[in-house]
Amino acid sequence: MAENKILKPIRETGFAGYGAYIPQYRLPAKEVARIWTDGKGGLPINEKAVAGLDEDVITMSIEAARNALARADLDPSSIRAVWVGSESHPYAVKPTSTVVAEAIGATPHTQAADWEFACKAGTEAIQAAIGFVGSGMANYALAIGMDTAQGRPGDALEYTAGAGGAAFIIGPAEDAVCVIQGSYSYATDTPDFWRRANETYPEHGERFTGEPAYFSHIRTAAEFLMEAMETTASDYRFAVFHQPNTKFPVRVAKSLGFEREQIEAGLLVPDIGNTYAGSAMVGLTSILDVAEPGDRILMVSYGSGAGSDAFGLLATDALPERRKAAPETLSYVKRRTEIDYATYARYRGKLVLK
Amino acid sequence: MPVGEHWDLSLRHLGLEAMSAASADSGGLRPQALYVANMLAPVLSGQSHLGALLADFAGLRGIEASTIEASGASGGVAVRQAYLALASGAIDVALVLGVEKVTDKTSGQVQAALATATDSEYEAVQGVTPSTQAALLMQRYLYEHGAPKDSMAGFSLTAHQNAVTNPNAMFRKAIRREQYAKAPIVSEPLNTFDVAPLADGAAALVLARAAALPEGHDRPWVEITGSAVATCALAVHDRSDPLHLIAASQSAEAALMQADLSLGDIGLFELHDSFSIFAALSLEAAGFAARGAGWKLAQNGDISLAGRIPIATFGGSKARGDPGAATGIYQLAEATLQLEGRANENQVTDASIAMTQCLGGSGATASTHILRRAE
Repeated sequence: MAENKILKPIRETGFAGYGAYIPQYRLPAKEVARIWTDGKGGLPINEKAVAGLDEDVITMSIEAARNALARADLDPSSIRAVWVGSESHPYAVKPTSTVVAEAIGATPHTQAADWEFACKAGTEAIQAAIGFVGSGMANYALAIGMDTAQGRPGDALEYTAGAGGAAFIIGPAEDAVCVIQGSYSYATDTPDFWRRANETYPEHGERFTGEPAYFSHIRTAAEFLMEAMETTASDYRFAVFHQPNTKFPVRVAKSLGFEREQIEAGLLVPDIGNTYAGSAMVGLTSILDVAEPGDRILMVSYGSGAGSDAFGLLATDALPERRKAAPETLSYVKRRTEIDYATYARYRGKLVLK
Repeated sequence: MPVGEHWDLSLRHLGLEAMSAASADSGGLRPQALYVANMLAPVLSGQSHLGALLADFAGLRGIEASTIEASGASGGVAVRQAYLALASGAIDVALVLGVEKVTDKTSGQVQAALATATDSEYEAVQGVTPSTQAALLMQRYLYEHGAPKDSMAGFSLTAHQNAVTNPNAMFRKAIRREQYAKAPIVSEPLNTFDVAPLADGAAALVLARAAALPEGHDRPWVEITGSAVATCALAVHDRSDPLHLIAASQSAEAALMQADLSLGDIGLFELHDSFSIFAALSLEAAGFAARGAGWKLAQNGDISLAGRIPIATFGGSKARGDPGAATGIYQLAEATLQLEGRANENQVTDASIAMTQCLGGSGATASTHILRRAE
């Protein structure tokens, strides 16, 4: 059964390049607690990344895409698809992806489209790109997961809703820095978190977002993929899961048999928050910054509503040299300018002026 | 069935599981009436009229069936109604189901629904919920009796300890006194470990007239020898002494009198611990402790399984989980297991007489039952 469901294209694919982007502003979780709970209660993370006044999913996607292009060492016009997954597209109607494609020089002979599936819109774009390249329709496709996530002031999500993401150029396995050995997607109708049309902030089903949503989907997708690929947790040097807070990915990793050191490199949520569609993907970039040729990596995303994409990856000999062409993800994590709640409120448009 | 977050079970499926289990345990006795204890379904599930719904769903279409509502005391009051029907001779076999489905809604909605059990026009309208009410009572208790801030810790520790070996418990994990001391405040001075977790649950009992048992019915059984319900003012501010649960006291006294027993005969007491303060107040109301001394029974081991008066023998609402209106049914089911000697690792040695008591709306309704192992 497992063999029939695993996704594998006719032509093997991989990542020709990858790039991250995280804005420099940081809002400490204790600052949110200071405003809303008198400083009391547990904090889900240390701090979250906040986009500046002149940043949005378009500008941030361009930053990450340029980093990916530098590592792929590629003529941008050879990219035949630019796909951006996000739940913070600046426009409700008008693509993010056309602006990104234009800015990096991929237009006009290209596909361009925006993807939406809560926090797994970016990995959904990777799945589509695998099919696009794996079928021979194109040699290169760009898949981006990027967000400037929304959290209602005072809501539990305000502590974690961060900004950032990553771009991956999918291409033939031969010249990849990391080969995609197999993937698997798992989806059900599970309403744990949503934002209705024309609403500013999302709603969520409290503890329902845990076991029946996040844990069940990630666990099932990961177990299925590992079984189909005849692997267990110990076969992977690294693993990265969607990171809505610090507790969830740590717990799901443990339940799947992973040790803390296998997830440490990709666990960025304590210092940048939940970057939604960018979350698992930006964690993967941080792993690729340190992985050695031959290392196997498991990535499993999670999108509310709900579904998970699982990927079995293998770092190639080309990785150590090519990754030098763009900034390390940790350099973005360390580049921090702390802001207070008032500045955050101004940057994120929480003060309604008219 | 276990109290917990049963995301995949609806109200009717929860009810069916418990009814099927009780029916099987009774050896297939067919009831002539169904009494459903529930308080939140009309608000949280948009469903009233549970009698007909659940009788039909359980394959009992046609029998007498209705809902009994008395907030957290619903379970005990429903058993009282079944008891009266059986005692009058009107019926021979009754099925009593306690069922509550809460996890389809978020906590704000659940708190608002719970607040309807207060004197809504005077209390809920001011923002009073069961939690804030319990917090006010606890604050008053600590002040009046000069009890230490962590005086209620023992109730939580005992409940969690007993739940470790109860397969139907929500939290099968013991806690330490330091954890209690560090727990986040819910409503000053109540902390997380003073509050029972309200969750989905269902439990059912089959009651029968002894004379109606079929010949050769060789299951051990337990006799209800005392059954009582009492009420007092719904609004806490209308009670002359809010720390004296007068309905609890009166119903316990009436049940004991009917059973012709005294407190010293009681081997275990399943009391209402939706908030730890109610455990202390219930022990005092029944007379197991003097006014202001209830919390001390939780300090010296008196309430543990091997103690003088064991309570929450399967974890109580605190650790088994708080199934709302079904609480009284869980208590009676657990007391029955104790008296039948089927409590396994939670067994209270030589238990032959048990008392159960559930409270509704900070003690405005109290229902007490005395059970005895039938010889």
